[in-house]
Amino acid sequence: MNKTIIPFGPQHPVLPEPLHLKLVMEDEIIVEAIPAIGYVHRGLEKLTETKEFTQNVFVVERVCGICSFQHALAYCQGMEEMMSIEVPDRAKFLRVIWAELHRIHSHLLWLGLVADGFGFESLFMQCWRNREKIMDIMEETCGSRVIISGNTIGGVRRDISKELLVKVTVVADEVAADLKEIEKVFFNDYTVKHRLVGVGVLTKEDATTLAALGPMARASGISLDHRTTGYAAYGQLDFAPVIETDGDCYARTLVRVKEVYQSVDLIKQAVAKIPDGEISVPVKGNPNGEVISRVEQPRGEALYYMRANGTKFLERLRIRTPTFANIPTLLKMLPGSQLADVPMLILTIDPCISCTER
Amino acid sequence: MLQNLVEINIDQLITVTHEMKDSGYRFVTLTCVTLSENMVDITYHFDKNYELKNYRIKIERSTEIPSVSGIYFSALLVENEIIELFGVKVKGMAIDYAGHLLLTDESPVSPQFGGGNITIEKREAK
Repeated sequence: MNKTIIPFGPQHPVLPEPLHLKLVMEDEIIVEAIPAIGYVHRGLEKLTETKEFTQNVFVVERVCGICSFQHALAYCQGMEEMMSIEVPDRAKFLRVIWAELHRIHSHLLWLGLVADGFGFESLFMQCWRNREKIMDIMEETCGSRVIISGNTIGGVRRDISKELLVKVTVVADEVAADLKEIEKVFFNDYTVKHRLVGVGVLTKEDATTLAALGPMARASGISLDHRTTGYAAYGQLDFAPVIETDGDCYARTLVRVKEVYQSVDLIKQAVAKIPDGEISVPVKGNPNGEVISRVEQPRGEALYYMRANGTKFLERLRIRTPTFANIPTLLKMLPGSQLADVPMLILTIDPCISCTER
Repeated sequence: MLQNLVEINIDQLITVTHEMKDSGYRFVTLTCVTLSENMVDITYHFDKNYELKNYRIKIERSTEIPSVSGIYFSALLVENEIIELFGVKVKGMAIDYAGHLLLTDESPVSPQFGGGNITIEKREAK
């Protein structure tokens, strides 16, 4: 049979960001997929070498809007380790609260996008309506909705009052209650299940070999969640990674829905345990040496490698984001799939192209 | 300061990567750093149970290094990336983008090649 090459993207209704795939087809079945990126490469790694190490917090936040707080967290934790700075306990708990708020808004955004992807417009709107509550509470606690600039080297830049902490838990509960209603459609609706169950199966072996990360790995039965290493205040909170074993699009949806509830629980635990005290310590001197810092973003593990030479400018800042690591898994899932399933397969890796290209 | 860092020769790279794979390590990424106009170092990061092992090679930019994407398929993007951004030569990649993963024919040369600056030119409309 003759092969046809169908270009998918870079502009496509299901893609929030530009990603191009060359799909080699035999009839309606994909036999090979080759990705092409480079449409939003901004050279941010190079830019960090021209800014002072304290200014870089704001540069790395702009790698990606959706997980901006965790980018800054990874950078700050790395610099703190390099400069032997002990962050106050209160700052660690505040970091957990904002990081989990970011995880909730990222997962709700993704649930909306996947609903839009399979053509369920009202479900998409319900997910994003629910997400607005998180955006509003982030604005109330930090002054802005997306790039909240909460982190600084040595702690956090803002405190949250007791009254506002109570409001954060109330809002988190409201989001969980709303999601309880919305999840019924994701879990029980015939058409939704028809688009997700058994589609894009990634076995545990393949996920291990291809180094899948985040919900992609956890939906295939791999217990990989960097929060369990106990960075920030996660070591003082009680939780376990959300694991599913089917490895299909439905399992990845389940993982993300359950992680929203897990994040709500973590926020409530953090609010209950947060101690009083300082929120940051002063930073003295310049960094020297090299260090690797890793955090669990909504899409998986992010790795920051930093090398400094005793001046206020870094020699190198390398950022490896989770989508960058998950694209090979997409290349594994696509061959053998139907053309109509391509949007679901791409969406379920939760691609963040701005992260990938930096 | 970086823990579990071992400096190796370029000849040992494939052997070490095979050992990592056989020991159940996950390929995390690799990091290329410009040392001087001609020299770079490349650090390969592997993970098992949240512990990293790092192997570093120091090479001249013109030296051709073997690809590890035959062993770890997930290395293919980052290997293509360092070719374009650092001018490193890699042979035997699983997918060779021939310098067009991030860059196009009209892209300026990456400043990470040697610390040069990008100059913005105004081009006539085609």
